[in-house]
Amino acid sequence: MLKGHRTWVFESKPVLLASSAIGGPFEAQGPLADDFDILHKDTWLGQDSFEKAEKKLLEQACEIAIEKAGLKKEDIQFFLSGDLMNQIISSSFTARTLGSAFLGIYGACSSSMEGLALAALIVNSKSAKYALAGTSSHNAAAEKQYRYPTEYGGQKPPTAQWTVTGAGAALLGQEGEGPRITSATIGRVVDMGLSDPFNMGGAMAPAAVDTIEAHFRDLGIDPSYYDIIATGDLGRVGHRIATDLLTDHGLKIPPEIFTDCGILIYGKDQPVMAGASGCACSATVTYGHFINRMKKGEIKRILIVATGALLSPLSYQQKESIPCIAHAVSIEM
Amino acid sequence: MSSKKKKKLTPTQQKYQEYAKKRDPKRPVLSNCIRAFVVGGTICTIGQGLQMIFIKYFNFTEDTAGDPTVAVLIMISVLLTGLGVYDHIGQWAGAGTAIPVTGFANTVASAAIEHRSEGYVLGVGGNMFKLSGSVIAYGVFSAFIVAIVKIAIQWLGGM
Repeated sequence: MLKGHRTWVFESKPVLLASSAIGGPFEAQGPLADDFDILHKDTWLGQDSFEKAEKKLLEQACEIAIEKAGLKKEDIQFFLSGDLMNQIISSSFTARTLGSAFLGIYGACSSSMEGLALAALIVNSKSAKYALAGTSSHNAAAEKQYRYPTEYGGQKPPTAQWTVTGAGAALLGQEGEGPRITSATIGRVVDMGLSDPFNMGGAMAPAAVDTIEAHFRDLGIDPSYYDIIATGDLGRVGHRIATDLLTDHGLKIPPEIFTDCGILIYGKDQPVMAGASGCACSATVTYGHFINRMKKGEIKRILIVATGALLSPLSYQQKESIPCIAHAVSIEM
Repeated sequence: MSSKKKKKLTPTQQKYQEYAKKRDPKRPVLSNCIRAFVVGGTICTIGQGLQMIFIKYFNFTEDTAGDPTVAVLIMISVLLTGLGVYDHIGQWAGAGTAIPVTGFANTVASAAIEHRSEGYVLGVGGNMFKLSGSVIAYGVFSAFIVAIVKIAIQWLGGM
């Protein structure tokens, strides 16, 4: 049901039956290592290209989520997935393996919550019994496509972010035990004219702020309703800007509940500059870390605001600015 | 930012960009310069040392010793790129490792390694000069212009 301008309230509250988080060697060194289902020692995953390695990550994430829910892949009626690769090949190739009906989506790093929101909408409308939302990113594959070769010795500025190598998947069902998806706010494209691809946090912060404000305005609730409000991959630079912007706009979010997946996933000693980015950033932190904390009873209500920078290497070279988007999904225990 | 680019932005965009700029971490320009100076200088000193070795022990002259020296530096750079070390040194040293011939070797080697998965023809061959291509193109072009200028001056009896 639509509430306000762009928030869906899911009356039947689709259940998050199972979720999974897969990571690479760099994620294994981070503070959230225990929340991953599989941590790979090798970024190649035994494949002969980074692109194939990313597909493998997503396949494993889907497989584990299905297995955890005690289902078979034939039970999955719809698979929604997006990633950063050209023509979302990681998602399409994983869908080929799964064999279920597939909707490919693209929201850059916001694909995680875009997929989850749409899967919840499908399950809520009784259009499916089970729907699976997944997403993945691979550091080396993303560097290769968007920036420079991985072994290139260029210096990155302190605003740059590190793409997460990993994948996450969430399996939604109409009934069962587990956290429930209660509402989702779909973002608008916000472009503040910034064009530096090494400062995504700064470019995406206004989009996150726009969606967060819309969420609370549409639902008529206060930020204190949630135990955690986490943005996807703003990093330290974007998080600071978003915090200040929200305060200036008069929406006070207590600093202890407002956080960012891109800050949480890596430790201070890891050389990631401003933090993490990539589709898998919000996906692994949410489906691994936050869901585990919810199951332990530490937190009850979370709002995940996945942020995405909708640029392409071509648009950046043609001096276009970076359009950004953010989608928010609320998960309650 | 240039004033021309700024004109295209709406007032809201301009306001936000100033707002965001105030909160951006600054590039450590001074320490970057010092690191680049130290590392770049070290590479050049190694090069000088190599050149002296080639002159003293391998019968090269000061004119001919340049070629084997550059070749050795390129090989070291390519080896470090292949071992996955060069990018870490580059992040620390910045222009220090980018400007000398080692940086050029790194751009070629890293692109060649990266595109190995697309095969030798379309991958390695086609992408090897992805980064260094413009250096070669504009390097050759400017050399051509300089040579024409020199010949023109000579023709006019200038030199």
